[in-house]
Amino acid sequence: MPDNMQISSNSPDRALDAVPSTLTAPLVERFQFRHIGPDADERAAMLRVVGASSIEALIDEVIPDGIRLRAPLNLPGAIGEHEFLRSLRRTASRNRMFRSFLGFGYYDCFTPSVIVRNVLENPGWYTPYTPYQAEIAQGRLEALLTFQTMVSDLTGLPVANASLLDEATAAAEAMTMLYRVQAGRISGLAAHATPQFFVADSCFPQTLEVLRSRSEPLGIELVVGDFKRAAFTDRTFGALVQTPDEAGQVHDLREFIAAAKTSGIAVAVGTDLLSLVLLTPPGEVGADIAFGNSQRFGVPLGYGGPHAAFFATRAQHVRQVPGRIVGVSVDAHGHRAYRMALQTREQHIRREKATSNICTAQALLANLAGLYAVYHGPRGLTAIARRVHAYALRLARELAGLGFQQLNDHFFDTVRFGIPGGTYTRDRIAKAALASNLNLGYRRDGTIHVALDETVNDADIAAIVTAFATGAATAPGQSAAVNSGLEADEARPPKDVPTAYPPNLSRTSPFLTHPVFNTHHSEAAMMRFIRRLERKDIGLDTSMIPLGSCTMKLNAASEMLPLTWPEFAAIHPFAPIDQAEGYQQIFRELEGMLCEVTGFAAVSLQPNSGAQGEFTGLMVIRAYQRARGEAGRDVVLIPASAHGTNPASAAMAGMRVVVVASTAEGDIDVGDLRKKAHDHQERLAALMVTYPSTHGVYEESIQQICGIVHEHGGQVYMDGANMNAQVGLTSPAAVGADLCHLNLHKTFAIPHGGGGPGMGPIAVAAHLAPFLPTHPIVTTGGERGIHAVSAAPWGSANILVISYAYVKLLGSEGMTDATRCAILNANYIKSRLESHYPVLYTRRNGRVAHELIFDLRPLKHASGAVGITESDVAKRLMDYGFHAPTVSFPVAGTLMVEPTESEPKDELDRFCDAMIAIRGEIQSVIDSEADPKDNVLRNAPHTAEAVSANEWRHPYTREQAAYPLPFVRERKVWPAVGRIDNPYGDRNLVCTCPPIGDDESGG
Amino acid sequence: MAYPTAYKYTKDHEWLDVSGDRASVGITDYAQQQLGDVVYLELPHVGATLKQGQSFGTIESVKAVSELYAPVSGDVVEVNTALKDKPETVNADPHASWMIRLKMADLKEVGELLDAGQYADLVK
Repeated sequence: MPDNMQISSNSPDRALDAVPSTLTAPLVERFQFRHIGPDADERAAMLRVVGASSIEALIDEVIPDGIRLRAPLNLPGAIGEHEFLRSLRRTASRNRMFRSFLGFGYYDCFTPSVIVRNVLENPGWYTPYTPYQAEIAQGRLEALLTFQTMVSDLTGLPVANASLLDEATAAAEAMTMLYRVQAGRISGLAAHATPQFFVADSCFPQTLEVLRSRSEPLGIELVVGDFKRAAFTDRTFGALVQTPDEAGQVHDLREFIAAAKTSGIAVAVGTDLLSLVLLTPPGEVGADIAFGNSQRFGVPLGYGGPHAAFFATRAQHVRQVPGRIVGVSVDAHGHRAYRMALQTREQHIRREKATSNICTAQALLANLAGLYAVYHGPRGLTAIARRVHAYALRLARELAGLGFQQLNDHFFDTVRFGIPGGTYTRDRIAKAALASNLNLGYRRDGTIHVALDETVNDADIAAIVTAFATGAATAPGQSAAVNSGLEADEARPPKDVPTAYPPNLSRTSPFLTHPVFNTHHSEAAMMRFIRRLERKDIGLDTSMIPLGSCTMKLNAASEMLPLTWPEFAAIHPFAPIDQAEGYQQIFRELEGMLCEVTGFAAVSLQPNSGAQGEFTGLMVIRAYQRARGEAGRDVVLIPASAHGTNPASAAMAGMRVVVVASTAEGDIDVGDLRKKAHDHQERLAALMVTYPSTHGVYEESIQQICGIVHEHGGQVYMDGANMNAQVGLTSPAAVGADLCHLNLHKTFAIPHGGGGPGMGPIAVAAHLAPFLPTHPIVTTGGERGIHAVSAAPWGSANILVISYAYVKLLGSEGMTDATRCAILNANYIKSRLESHYPVLYTRRNGRVAHELIFDLRPLKHASGAVGITESDVAKRLMDYGFHAPTVSFPVAGTLMVEPTESEPKDELDRFCDAMIAIRGEIQSVIDSEADPKDNVLRNAPHTAEAVSANEWRHPYTREQAAYPLPFVRERKVWPAVGRIDNPYGDRNLVCTCPPIGDDESGG
Repeated sequence: MAYPTAYKYTKDHEWLDVSGDRASVGITDYAQQQLGDVVYLELPHVGATLKQGQSFGTIESVKAVSELYAPVSGDVVEVNTALKDKPETVNADPHASWMIRLKMADLKEVGELLDAGQYADLVK
């Protein structure tokens, strides 16, 4: 018997000494084995199939030696889930939960618990991808359509999109959309005449700042001023105003918009959804666009996000709308079905001519906001809006009694007070407010604003009033002389509280009249409504989502849990920084981690999507080159195989795109790159390159490519989309890049949310660090930093906690092992499927990186006139319970598969078995055993209704349709609709909830 | 589908049907196949003046969008607005689906275009 087992007979001290230290060590390695799918036995089996002696040997074959990291990442060791959550509690407690009445587009709110539990904290809602495969995404498509309907109703404009990143970027999108709408007017300007965009100076400061950031590279001159005195010129193409404005003032815009229209100028209006319950909507006073933040509809503050911005416009502008639009179509059976409409506007098709570079929306948050409206309905929302307004009136009245003059002529929820003088000082009020844990809006002009929200109660009003009253408390020996000059003010009787808003600004039109907003008001009904939608969708909670380039890895519960902790959820983004020390600590640590992973010197956490990161990176390059006196550099080289966001972002940054050819093997054509770099060497700004390439290969020439760009004076921007194949093994700095963005929603475990949120921080080498983006309200960024690119200083701060958790839980060894296993999983799929489907692009030794492309074109050709396509395979996979791989990107007629490290061997095998079975089904068509038109592939996906119908006229069996392999019986996911008619939806565009009775008629 | 021998063609896949100094313009069968289901057309107003090779509109399918280019210079004298309401006609009968009619500015430009045989070789 070993010594350490002899614990029974001796003293308790001896017994404790005898417990081996290995048993009490923290549960270091556990999370790694939870996050990574294949265990040691499975890996060994997979390596045999792949034909590699060890995983290290495989990695040596996959990654060129010259770019390998020589030392492990210098990161703290992994900690167990329990340890992590316990330590994160301590960090969270450093965030102090003050009541914030700061406004600026962010308001505290109550997320109904039924929505927290069933949506926000539910992997069925947060793990799915963007609903490109509409047949297995009907639930969230319906929810997004509900969001669009709500926005459309409240703004009084018929077309709304399915959300944008934040209010400030929505303002920038409004500006650029009006620029496109007014192209005729702008092209009529004299040469060298700069088009002008008028912006009211009463917009939120962060809105103004992002407009500055986005207008300058496009050659748009911003004219900022008082809209009541705006003087338009023949160069003015558009104007942007806000009501309620940044101080809470509600404006009657009729006169302004009418004057603008007379001058042929289009108008965008920033606004607040809750105010529109009571106030005349922008659409009814002539606005062309309305936009704003839907956060206060049940989405936590989260220290800045993520939240869904809304964007609505007139029907004639629908083809110019940025972002995604959900529309209504019909399926193969003539039933109603939802899908994303008008995708040709988007960057993956139109590239540098796209309406926007935005790829990520804020689907999860838009769904929260839409469901909040469903739950409360028009009556509930009216009650909430009236209560907020009543509290604002009451606060104005009570403070008037203390001598504080309320300064807004008209208001909804935000009141602004002058300091009457006498013994009152703003400093004393501020001190009293802080002592009572209250954040008020201390304004540059010396006044104080208080923005109220649905969570306000009597106690809050009493606390605010007390803080103001305490501000008058005279300290002993207080000299009256100090304030003597203000005695006249003090003596003046308090002015009457103004009417909050005049009758002609009262809303008269009905809203949210659709039954969906008038049905699910009991919690039981709401819970079932949410579940009914959720059951229609495939997320990671049902099966692997093998989308190439999307990195659909595990979003672990321990990473997700902290999001709704009030210490993270309830912090206002502009709260004093010493109230957010927990967040600040996480940012500092996360920045350090991301520097270590990329090999760079500094990080900006501000960009709140990958595409936003690209734009930010290009603007940083631009600022750096200008600072060096190289303002003429405006050419960006982009490989033909690049993501569509790259050219779209370059166009937004005012740069010219020059496309670099690919070789037949799919690599960047180095000769062509050298020629183009040389041809443009005076003007070369940057190369944008994805690594490993979008073709799923570690190009051997990458260092040479970066060298050529540097020789010609350019910077190398690395698109971080494929970072999951780099972490711990190589890095952007190691391959020779100067900066990159990181899709935290791919590599660093932020869930895709069914189409957003995302986060796209950028990491840069030391020479670019001074130019990282700043913020107009909160100090951040480089000393010569560019203007803000997002509304909040650290973007969607709330979800940064997920990536922080990911790195802490895995540590250096765990993350590196994750990369290795992502590569193993991809090569395992290749080995199992390559004899069934040709694989495009491999390294010379036949290895792929973390993803691979199957070429369906030869099979289409072989399967006759009708031809089985990549799309048929994608739809047929639904019958097997799988989401399709990426269809036709980066090569038309192909499927790109990325398994990620999180999928265990069993799941990979089921996917491969499904693909092999489908290959057999294709062969039956090729061999004329199956009908060329009426077969399982062409008719996929098969709904329960179709399979169980009394009538069955297909030449194959119901079982072949619905249960093609034994494993499907236990895992069946029934597609909610049959194959969707895409052309019908685009030719007959409907993008709000259609009336209920139409449902079954279709066509 | 055969390419009408009476038409002229461009490398950008438009066809031109000349009658005197007037000509109709549409897109070829090859072009509609490449685009797939056409869902939307943006066409110019009558009276617009086009230079050869200039974009006169866009054509959108579910999966792609493409510019339309004037095969020859001229003034737009007629626009097929019916086509805008039934864009699927472009798929069904591309060589009869004219989009605009031009009063040509320079008849010599017609000679620079491809004939049916040359075009068929181009897309083979």
